[in-house]
Amino acid sequence: MIEIQDVRKSFGALEVLKGIDLTVAKGEVLTVIGGSGSGKSTLLTCINGLEPIDSGRILVDGTEVHAKSTDLNKLRRKIGIVFQQFNAFPHLTVLENVTLAPRKVLGMSRADAEAVAVRQLQHVGLSDKLGVYPGRMSGGQQQRMAIARALAMQPGYMLFDEVTSALDPMLVGEVLDTLRMLASEGMTMICVTHEMKFAREVSDRVAFFHQGVMAEIAPPAQLFDAPQTPELQRFLAATA
Amino acid sequence: MFDTALTAADLVFLAKGAGMTLLVTAIAVVLGTILGILFGVFRYQVGPWWTAPLTFVLDVFRSIPLLIQLVLANAFMGMVLRWQLSGFTVACGVLTMYTAAYCAEIVRGGIEAVPMTTRRAARSLGLSWGQDMVNIVMPLATRVALPSWIGLALGVMKDSALVYVVQVTELLKSTQILITRLQEPLFLLLICGAFYFLISFPLARLGGYLERRWSHD
Repeated sequence: MIEIQDVRKSFGALEVLKGIDLTVAKGEVLTVIGGSGSGKSTLLTCINGLEPIDSGRILVDGTEVHAKSTDLNKLRRKIGIVFQQFNAFPHLTVLENVTLAPRKVLGMSRADAEAVAVRQLQHVGLSDKLGVYPGRMSGGQQQRMAIARALAMQPGYMLFDEVTSALDPMLVGEVLDTLRMLASEGMTMICVTHEMKFAREVSDRVAFFHQGVMAEIAPPAQLFDAPQTPELQRFLAATA
Repeated sequence: MFDTALTAADLVFLAKGAGMTLLVTAIAVVLGTILGILFGVFRYQVGPWWTAPLTFVLDVFRSIPLLIQLVLANAFMGMVLRWQLSGFTVACGVLTMYTAAYCAEIVRGGIEAVPMTTRRAARSLGLSWGQDMVNIVMPLATRVALPSWIGLALGVMKDSALVYVVQVTELLKSTQILITRLQEPLFLLLICGAFYFLISFPLARLGGYLERRWSHD
Protein backbone atom coordinates (compact mmCIF):
# COMPACT_ATOMS: atom_id res chain seq x y z
CA MET A 1 0.00 0.00 0.00
CA ILE A 2 1.20 3.50 -0.79
CA GLU A 3 0.08 6.14 1.70
CA ILE A 4 0.65 9.79 0.96
CA GLN A 5 -0.10 12.07 3.89
CA ASP A 6 -0.25 15.85 3.62
CA VAL A 7 2.80 16.02 1.33
CA ARG A 8 4.14 19.46 0.50
CA LYS A 9 6.97 20.20 -1.87
CA SER A 10 8.39 23.42 -3.26
CA PHE A 11 10.96 24.21 -5.90
CA GLY A 12 12.30 27.53 -4.63
CA ALA A 13 9.37 29.89 -4.27
CA LEU A 14 7.05 27.69 -6.32
CA GLU A 15 4.97 25.28 -4.27
CA VAL A 16 4.23 22.34 -6.57
CA LEU A 17 2.52 20.04 -4.07
CA LYS A 18 0.22 21.76 -1.62
CA GLY A 19 -0.72 19.06 0.86
CA ILE A 20 -1.55 15.87 -1.03
CA ASP A 21 -3.42 13.04 0.74
CA LEU A 22 -3.81 9.83 -1.19
CA THR A 23 -3.81 6.10 -0.57
CA VAL A 24 -3.25 3.51 -3.26
CA ALA A 25 -4.19 -0.03 -2.32
CA LYS A 26 -2.43 -3.17 -3.49
CA GLY A 27 -3.69 -4.15 -6.94
CA GLU A 28 -5.21 -0.77 -7.64
CA VAL A 29 -4.66 1.13 -10.89
CA LEU A 30 -4.69 4.86 -10.29
CA THR A 31 -4.25 7.33 -13.09
CA VAL A 32 -3.38 10.93 -12.47
CA ILE A 33 -4.44 13.59 -14.94
CA GLY A 34 -4.02 17.34 -14.97
CA GLY A 35 -2.36 20.20 -16.80
CA SER A 36 1.40 20.60 -16.95
CA GLY A 37 2.81 22.11 -13.78
CA SER A 38 0.02 20.60 -11.71
CA GLY A 39 2.53 18.59 -9.65
CA LYS A 40 1.52 15.14 -10.85
CA SER A 41 4.98 14.09 -12.10
CA THR A 42 6.68 15.52 -9.03
CA LEU A 43 4.49 13.32 -6.86
CA LEU A 44 5.77 10.20 -8.61
CA THR A 45 9.43 11.15 -8.17
CA CYS A 46 8.71 11.83 -4.48
CA ILE A 47 7.14 8.40 -4.03
CA ASN A 48 10.37 6.60 -4.84
CA GLY A 49 12.54 9.13 -3.07
CA LEU A 50 14.17 10.70 -6.13
CA GLU A 51 12.93 14.05 -4.82
CA PRO A 52 12.91 15.09 -1.18
CA ILE A 53 9.68 16.48 0.29
CA ASP A 54 9.26 19.52 2.53
CA SER A 55 6.67 18.10 4.90
CA GLY A 56 4.20 15.26 5.27
CA ARG A 57 4.91 11.54 4.89
CA ILE A 58 4.94 8.94 2.17
CA LEU A 59 4.73 5.33 3.30
CA VAL A 60 5.32 2.35 1.03
CA ASP A 61 4.27 -0.89 2.72
CA GLY A 62 4.63 0.95 5.99
CA THR A 63 8.18 2.19 5.31
CA GLU A 64 8.55 5.94 5.38
CA VAL A 65 10.29 6.89 2.13
CA HIS A 66 11.93 10.09 3.34
CA ALA A 67 12.95 8.90 6.82
CA LYS A 68 16.69 9.16 7.40
CA SER A 69 16.87 5.53 8.48
CA THR A 70 15.30 4.27 5.24
CA ASP A 71 17.64 2.52 2.81
CA LEU A 72 16.38 4.12 -0.40
CA ASN A 73 18.29 1.80 -2.69
CA LYS A 74 16.57 -1.11 -1.02
CA LEU A 75 13.16 0.54 -1.03
CA ARG A 76 13.42 1.36 -4.72
CA ARG A 77 13.56 -2.33 -5.57
CA LYS A 78 9.87 -2.40 -4.66
CA ILE A 79 8.93 0.59 -6.77
CA GLY A 80 9.54 0.52 -10.50
CA ILE A 81 9.34 3.82 -12.33
CA VAL A 82 9.29 4.57 -16.06
CA PHE A 83 9.80 8.10 -17.30
CA GLN A 84 8.69 10.18 -20.24
CA GLN A 85 12.17 10.03 -21.75
CA PHE A 86 13.11 6.41 -22.42
CA ASN A 87 16.42 6.64 -20.55
CA ALA A 88 17.87 3.55 -22.13
CA PHE A 89 21.48 2.93 -21.18
CA PRO A 90 22.84 3.47 -24.69
CA HIS A 91 26.11 1.59 -24.18
CA LEU A 92 24.36 -1.63 -23.17
CA THR A 93 22.36 -4.07 -25.28
CA VAL A 94 18.68 -4.58 -24.53
CA LEU A 95 19.48 -7.70 -22.54
CA GLU A 96 22.24 -5.91 -20.60
CA ASN A 97 19.95 -2.96 -19.91
CA VAL A 98 17.46 -5.29 -18.28
CA THR A 99 19.94 -7.53 -16.40
CA LEU A 100 22.07 -4.71 -14.94
CA ALA A 101 19.99 -3.89 -11.87
CA PRO A 102 19.03 -7.50 -11.00
CA ARG A 103 22.72 -8.42 -11.09
CA LYS A 104 24.14 -5.38 -9.31
CA VAL A 105 21.35 -4.59 -6.89
CA LEU A 106 19.78 -7.99 -6.21
CA GLY A 107 23.05 -9.89 -6.62
CA MET A 108 21.59 -12.39 -9.10
CA SER A 109 23.93 -14.52 -11.18
CA ARG A 110 24.20 -13.62 -14.85
CA ALA A 111 22.27 -16.74 -15.86
CA ASP A 112 19.44 -16.09 -13.40
CA ALA A 113 19.24 -12.41 -14.34
CA GLU A 114 19.14 -13.28 -18.03
CA ALA A 115 16.35 -15.77 -17.44
CA VAL A 116 14.31 -13.09 -15.69
CA ALA A 117 15.17 -10.51 -18.35
CA VAL A 118 14.23 -12.77 -21.25
CA ARG A 119 10.91 -13.49 -19.57
CA GLN A 120 10.17 -9.79 -19.07
CA LEU A 121 11.29 -8.89 -22.59
CA GLN A 122 9.01 -11.58 -24.01
CA HIS A 123 6.28 -10.10 -21.88
CA VAL A 124 6.63 -6.70 -23.54
CA GLY A 125 7.17 -8.24 -26.99
CA LEU A 126 10.89 -7.62 -27.41
CA SER A 127 12.26 -11.16 -27.28
CA ASP A 128 13.78 -10.72 -30.75
CA LYS A 129 15.83 -7.67 -29.67
CA LEU A 130 18.04 -9.12 -26.94
CA GLY A 131 21.40 -8.30 -28.52
CA VAL A 132 20.35 -4.99 -30.08
CA TYR A 133 21.56 -1.61 -28.82
CA PRO A 134 18.76 0.81 -27.84
CA GLY A 135 19.88 3.37 -30.42
CA ARG A 136 18.74 0.97 -33.13
CA MET A 137 15.19 0.73 -31.81
CA SER A 138 12.10 2.90 -32.13
CA GLY A 139 10.90 5.05 -29.25
CA GLY A 140 8.07 2.66 -28.53
CA GLN A 141 10.45 -0.28 -28.37
CA GLN A 142 12.82 1.66 -26.11
CA GLN A 143 9.96 2.56 -23.82
CA ARG A 144 8.80 -1.05 -23.65
CA MET A 145 12.38 -2.03 -22.84
CA ALA A 146 12.35 0.52 -20.00
CA ILE A 147 9.18 -1.12 -18.69
CA ALA A 148 10.77 -4.58 -18.88
CA ARG A 149 13.85 -3.19 -17.12
CA ALA A 150 11.74 -1.93 -14.23
CA LEU A 151 9.71 -5.17 -14.11
CA ALA A 152 12.86 -7.29 -13.94
CA MET A 153 13.37 -5.99 -10.39
CA GLN A 154 10.03 -7.65 -9.56
CA PRO A 155 8.63 -4.50 -7.97
CA GLY A 156 5.40 -4.44 -6.01
CA TYR A 157 4.46 -1.08 -7.53
CA MET A 158 4.92 0.53 -10.90
CA LEU A 159 4.91 4.27 -11.48
CA PHE A 160 4.50 5.57 -15.02
CA ASP A 161 5.32 9.19 -15.67
CA GLU A 162 3.77 10.27 -18.98
CA VAL A 163 5.39 7.30 -20.66
CA THR A 164 3.75 7.97 -24.03
CA SER A 165 4.23 11.74 -24.18
CA ALA A 166 7.55 11.63 -26.05
CA LEU A 167 6.38 9.05 -28.58
CA ASP A 168 5.21 9.40 -32.16
CA PRO A 169 1.43 8.98 -32.25
CA MET A 170 1.94 5.77 -34.23
CA LEU A 171 3.91 4.23 -31.35
CA VAL A 172 1.67 5.22 -28.45
CA GLY A 173 -0.61 2.21 -28.90
CA GLU A 174 2.02 -0.46 -28.37
CA VAL A 175 3.13 1.09 -25.07
CA LEU A 176 -0.43 1.57 -23.84
CA ASP A 177 -1.15 -2.06 -24.71
CA THR A 178 1.75 -3.05 -22.48
CA LEU A 179 0.32 -0.96 -19.62
CA ARG A 180 -3.13 -2.48 -20.16
CA MET A 181 -1.62 -5.93 -19.95
CA LEU A 182 0.10 -5.09 -16.65
CA ALA A 183 -3.10 -3.64 -15.24
CA SER A 184 -5.05 -6.76 -16.19
CA GLU A 185 -2.41 -8.87 -14.43
CA GLY A 186 -3.12 -7.07 -11.17
CA MET A 187 -0.01 -4.87 -10.95
CA THR A 188 -0.40 -1.93 -8.58
CA MET A 189 0.14 1.10 -10.78
CA ILE A 190 0.11 4.86 -10.67
CA CYS A 191 0.04 6.29 -14.18
CA VAL A 192 0.47 9.97 -14.86
CA THR A 193 -0.97 10.38 -18.33
CA HIS A 194 -2.58 12.63 -20.89
CA GLU A 195 -4.32 9.68 -22.56
CA MET A 196 -7.90 10.19 -21.36
CA LYS A 197 -9.32 7.19 -23.17
CA PHE A 198 -6.68 4.97 -21.62
CA ALA A 199 -7.33 6.45 -18.16
CA ARG A 200 -11.04 5.78 -18.46
CA GLU A 201 -10.44 2.23 -19.60
CA VAL A 202 -7.86 0.86 -17.15
CA SER A 203 -8.24 2.87 -13.97
CA ASP A 204 -9.89 1.88 -10.75
CA ARG A 205 -9.74 5.54 -9.78
CA VAL A 206 -8.66 8.71 -11.55
CA ALA A 207 -7.17 11.69 -9.72
CA PHE A 208 -7.26 15.19 -11.17
CA PHE A 209 -4.42 17.50 -10.11
CA HIS A 210 -4.68 21.24 -10.44
CA GLN A 211 -1.97 23.68 -9.33
CA GLY A 212 -0.49 21.40 -6.71
CA VAL A 213 -3.81 20.27 -5.26
CA MET A 214 -5.67 17.02 -5.84
CA ALA A 215 -8.90 18.65 -6.90
CA GLU A 216 -10.89 15.48 -7.51
CA ILE A 217 -10.56 11.74 -7.22
CA ALA A 218 -13.20 9.24 -8.26
CA PRO A 219 -13.80 6.10 -10.34
CA PRO A 220 -13.37 6.98 -14.03
CA ALA A 221 -17.06 6.87 -14.99
CA GLN A 222 -17.91 9.34 -12.26
CA LEU A 223 -14.91 11.60 -12.77
CA PHE A 224 -15.20 11.86 -16.54
CA ASP A 225 -18.99 11.91 -16.83
CA ALA A 226 -19.83 14.03 -13.81
CA PRO A 227 -16.91 16.32 -13.03
CA GLN A 228 -17.59 18.32 -9.88
CA THR A 229 -15.12 21.18 -9.98
CA PRO A 230 -15.07 23.92 -12.64
CA GLU A 231 -11.30 23.28 -13.11
CA LEU A 232 -11.88 19.67 -14.10
CA GLN A 233 -14.84 20.63 -16.29
CA ARG A 234 -12.62 23.12 -18.12
CA PHE A 235 -9.75 20.61 -18.33
CA LEU A 236 -11.97 17.91 -19.80
CA ALA A 237 -13.56 20.32 -22.24
CA ALA A 238 -10.10 21.39 -23.42
CA THR A 239 -8.79 17.83 -23.87
CA ALA A 240 -11.91 16.33 -25.42
CA MET B 1 71.07 10.87 -51.48
CA PHE B 2 72.11 11.12 -47.83
CA ASP B 3 75.79 11.33 -47.23
CA THR B 4 75.68 11.05 -43.49
CA ALA B 5 78.03 10.30 -40.64
CA LEU B 6 75.17 8.78 -38.65
CA THR B 7 76.07 5.32 -37.38
CA ALA B 8 73.99 2.41 -36.14
CA ALA B 9 75.19 3.24 -32.62
CA ASP B 10 73.77 6.76 -33.03
CA LEU B 11 70.42 5.30 -34.05
CA VAL B 12 70.44 3.12 -30.93
CA PHE B 13 71.22 6.29 -28.95
CA LEU B 14 68.16 7.98 -30.50
CA ALA B 15 66.03 4.92 -29.84
CA LYS B 16 67.04 5.08 -26.18
CA GLY B 17 65.97 8.72 -26.15
CA ALA B 18 62.67 7.70 -27.68
CA GLY B 19 62.36 5.04 -24.98
CA MET B 20 62.85 7.72 -22.33
CA THR B 21 60.21 9.93 -23.95
CA LEU B 22 57.85 6.98 -23.99
CA LEU B 23 58.58 6.10 -20.35
CA VAL B 24 58.12 9.63 -19.01
CA THR B 25 54.94 10.04 -21.05
CA ALA B 26 53.53 6.68 -19.98
CA ILE B 27 54.12 7.39 -16.29
CA ALA B 28 52.71 10.92 -16.52
CA VAL B 29 49.66 9.88 -18.54
CA VAL B 30 48.79 6.85 -16.38
CA LEU B 31 49.27 8.59 -13.01
CA GLY B 32 47.92 11.91 -14.31
CA THR B 33 44.80 10.22 -15.65
CA ILE B 34 44.15 8.42 -12.37
CA LEU B 35 44.59 11.68 -10.44
CA GLY B 36 42.58 13.56 -13.06
CA ILE B 37 39.65 11.15 -12.66
CA LEU B 38 39.76 11.58 -8.88
CA PHE B 39 39.97 15.37 -9.15
CA GLY B 40 37.32 15.54 -11.88
CA VAL B 41 34.81 13.38 -9.97
CA PHE B 42 35.55 15.33 -6.78
CA ARG B 43 35.00 18.66 -8.52
CA TYR B 44 31.79 17.48 -10.14
CA GLN B 45 30.42 15.93 -6.99
CA VAL B 46 31.40 18.47 -4.35
CA GLY B 47 30.67 21.63 -6.29
CA PRO B 48 32.68 24.77 -6.98
CA TRP B 49 32.81 26.25 -3.47
CA TRP B 50 34.58 23.46 -1.58
CA THR B 51 36.81 22.58 -4.47
CA ALA B 52 38.04 26.14 -5.03
CA PRO B 53 41.53 25.46 -3.55
CA LEU B 54 41.95 22.38 -5.75
CA THR B 55 40.66 24.28 -8.77
CA PHE B 56 43.19 27.02 -8.10
CA VAL B 57 46.10 24.57 -7.92
CA LEU B 58 44.97 22.88 -11.13
CA ASP B 59 44.64 26.26 -12.83
CA VAL B 60 48.22 27.05 -11.84
CA PHE B 61 49.43 23.83 -13.45
CA ARG B 62 47.39 24.57 -16.57
CA SER B 63 48.43 28.17 -17.04
CA ILE B 64 52.16 28.31 -16.29
CA PRO B 65 54.41 27.12 -19.13
CA LEU B 66 55.68 23.63 -18.49
CA LEU B 67 59.29 24.72 -18.93
CA ILE B 68 58.97 27.15 -16.02
CA GLN B 69 57.18 24.56 -13.88
CA LEU B 70 60.01 22.08 -14.43
CA VAL B 71 62.77 24.54 -13.57
CA LEU B 72 60.96 25.89 -10.51
CA ALA B 73 59.93 22.46 -9.23
CA ASN B 74 63.45 21.20 -9.62
CA ALA B 75 64.89 24.19 -7.77
CA PHE B 76 62.24 23.99 -5.06
CA MET B 77 62.84 20.28 -4.40
CA GLY B 78 66.59 20.65 -4.30
CA MET B 79 67.19 24.03 -2.69
CA VAL B 80 64.19 24.53 -0.42
CA LEU B 81 63.15 21.01 0.58
CA ARG B 82 66.69 19.66 0.12
CA TRP B 83 65.30 16.43 -1.33
CA GLN B 84 67.76 14.52 -3.45
CA LEU B 85 65.39 13.73 -6.31
CA SER B 86 66.59 12.64 -9.71
CA GLY B 87 65.66 14.80 -12.70
CA PHE B 88 63.61 11.86 -13.91
CA THR B 89 61.48 11.88 -10.74
CA VAL B 90 60.92 15.63 -10.92
CA ALA B 91 60.04 15.36 -14.61
CA CYS B 92 57.51 12.60 -13.97
CA GLY B 93 56.03 14.48 -11.01
CA VAL B 94 55.54 17.75 -12.85
CA LEU B 95 54.21 16.11 -16.02
CA THR B 96 51.82 14.02 -13.93
CA MET B 97 50.32 17.11 -12.28
CA TYR B 98 50.21 18.89 -15.64
CA THR B 99 48.31 15.92 -17.13
CA ALA B 100 46.04 15.63 -14.10
CA ALA B 101 45.12 19.33 -14.31
CA TYR B 102 43.89 18.97 -17.89
CA CYS B 103 42.43 15.52 -17.36
CA ALA B 104 40.30 16.72 -14.43
CA GLU B 105 38.50 19.15 -16.74
CA ILE B 106 38.04 16.49 -19.43
CA VAL B 107 36.58 14.11 -16.84
CA ARG B 108 34.27 16.74 -15.41
CA GLY B 109 33.03 17.60 -18.91
CA GLY B 110 32.49 13.92 -19.67
CA ILE B 111 30.44 13.38 -16.51
CA GLU B 112 28.37 16.48 -17.20
CA ALA B 113 27.57 15.13 -20.66
CA VAL B 114 25.76 12.11 -19.18
CA PRO B 115 22.08 13.10 -19.09
CA MET B 116 20.70 13.54 -15.59
CA THR B 117 17.60 11.63 -16.69
CA THR B 118 19.69 8.55 -17.52
CA ARG B 119 21.31 8.68 -14.10
CA ARG B 120 17.93 9.10 -12.44
CA ALA B 121 16.71 6.00 -14.25
CA ALA B 122 19.72 4.08 -12.93
CA ARG B 123 19.14 5.27 -9.38
CA SER B 124 15.43 4.52 -9.62
CA LEU B 125 16.32 0.88 -10.29
CA GLY B 126 18.05 0.79 -6.92
CA LEU B 127 21.62 1.29 -8.11
CA SER B 128 23.77 3.09 -5.55
CA TRP B 129 25.79 6.20 -6.37
CA GLY B 130 28.90 4.06 -6.85
CA GLN B 131 27.13 1.51 -9.04
CA ASP B 132 25.68 4.31 -11.17
CA MET B 133 29.16 5.86 -11.46
CA VAL B 134 30.85 2.60 -12.48
CA ASN B 135 28.17 1.07 -14.70
CA ILE B 136 26.53 4.07 -16.33
CA VAL B 137 28.44 7.31 -15.90
CA MET B 138 31.99 6.11 -16.49
CA PRO B 139 31.28 4.18 -19.71
CA LEU B 140 29.22 7.02 -21.18
CA ALA B 141 31.57 9.78 -20.02
CA THR B 142 34.53 7.87 -21.46
CA ARG B 143 32.95 7.91 -24.92
CA VAL B 144 32.54 11.66 -24.73
CA ALA B 145 35.96 12.33 -23.23
CA LEU B 146 38.02 9.95 -25.32
CA PRO B 147 38.96 12.29 -28.22
CA SER B 148 40.06 15.02 -25.80
CA TRP B 149 41.96 12.52 -23.70
CA ILE B 150 43.81 11.14 -26.74
CA GLY B 151 44.68 14.72 -27.64
CA LEU B 152 45.95 15.32 -24.12
CA ALA B 153 48.09 12.17 -24.13
CA LEU B 154 49.62 13.10 -27.49
CA GLY B 155 50.22 16.64 -26.25
CA VAL B 156 51.94 15.42 -23.10
CA MET B 157 54.11 13.13 -25.23
CA LYS B 158 55.32 16.10 -27.28
CA ASP B 159 55.58 18.43 -24.26
CA SER B 160 57.76 15.84 -22.56
CA ALA B 161 60.54 17.16 -24.83
CA LEU B 162 60.93 19.94 -22.26
CA VAL B 163 62.13 17.66 -19.49
CA TYR B 164 65.67 18.07 -20.83
CA VAL B 165 65.87 21.14 -18.53
CA VAL B 166 66.00 18.78 -15.54
CA GLN B 167 68.74 16.69 -17.15
CA VAL B 168 66.58 13.94 -18.60
CA THR B 169 67.90 12.84 -21.96
CA GLU B 170 64.79 12.10 -23.93
CA LEU B 171 64.30 11.95 -27.68
CA LEU B 172 64.74 15.62 -28.58
CA LYS B 173 67.72 16.09 -26.27
CA SER B 174 69.35 12.99 -27.76
CA THR B 175 68.81 14.47 -31.19
CA GLN B 176 70.36 17.76 -30.16
CA ILE B 177 73.42 15.97 -28.80
CA LEU B 178 73.88 14.26 -32.16
CA ILE B 179 73.29 17.52 -34.02
CA THR B 180 76.07 19.14 -32.02
CA ARG B 181 78.43 16.34 -32.93
CA LEU B 182 77.42 15.59 -36.53
CA GLN B 183 76.24 19.04 -37.69
CA GLU B 184 73.41 17.51 -39.71
CA PRO B 185 70.41 19.24 -38.11
CA LEU B 186 67.79 18.76 -40.82
CA PHE B 187 68.46 15.09 -41.37
CA LEU B 188 68.56 14.37 -37.66
CA LEU B 189 65.37 16.31 -36.95
CA LEU B 190 63.71 14.37 -39.73
CA ILE B 191 64.65 11.12 -38.00
CA CYS B 192 63.62 12.55 -34.65
CA GLY B 193 60.23 13.50 -36.10
CA ALA B 194 59.85 10.00 -37.50
CA PHE B 195 60.47 8.57 -34.04
CA TYR B 196 57.81 10.86 -32.53
CA PHE B 197 55.40 9.79 -35.24
CA LEU B 198 56.08 6.10 -34.57
CA ILE B 199 55.28 6.63 -30.90
CA SER B 200 52.15 8.73 -31.46
CA PHE B 201 50.57 6.85 -34.33
CA PRO B 202 49.40 3.77 -32.39
CA LEU B 203 47.75 5.96 -29.75
CA ALA B 204 45.97 8.05 -32.36
CA ARG B 205 44.79 4.87 -34.12
CA LEU B 206 43.64 3.35 -30.83
CA GLY B 207 41.37 6.37 -30.40
CA GLY B 208 39.89 5.89 -33.86
CA TYR B 209 39.43 2.18 -33.24
CA LEU B 210 37.59 2.70 -29.94
CA GLU B 211 35.36 5.38 -31.42
CA ARG B 212 34.34 3.03 -34.23
CA ARG B 213 33.77 0.20 -31.78
CA TRP B 214 31.49 2.35 -29.63
CA SER B 215 29.62 3.89 -32.53
CA HIS B 216 26.56 1.67 -32.05
CA ASP B 217 25.10 4.04 -29.51
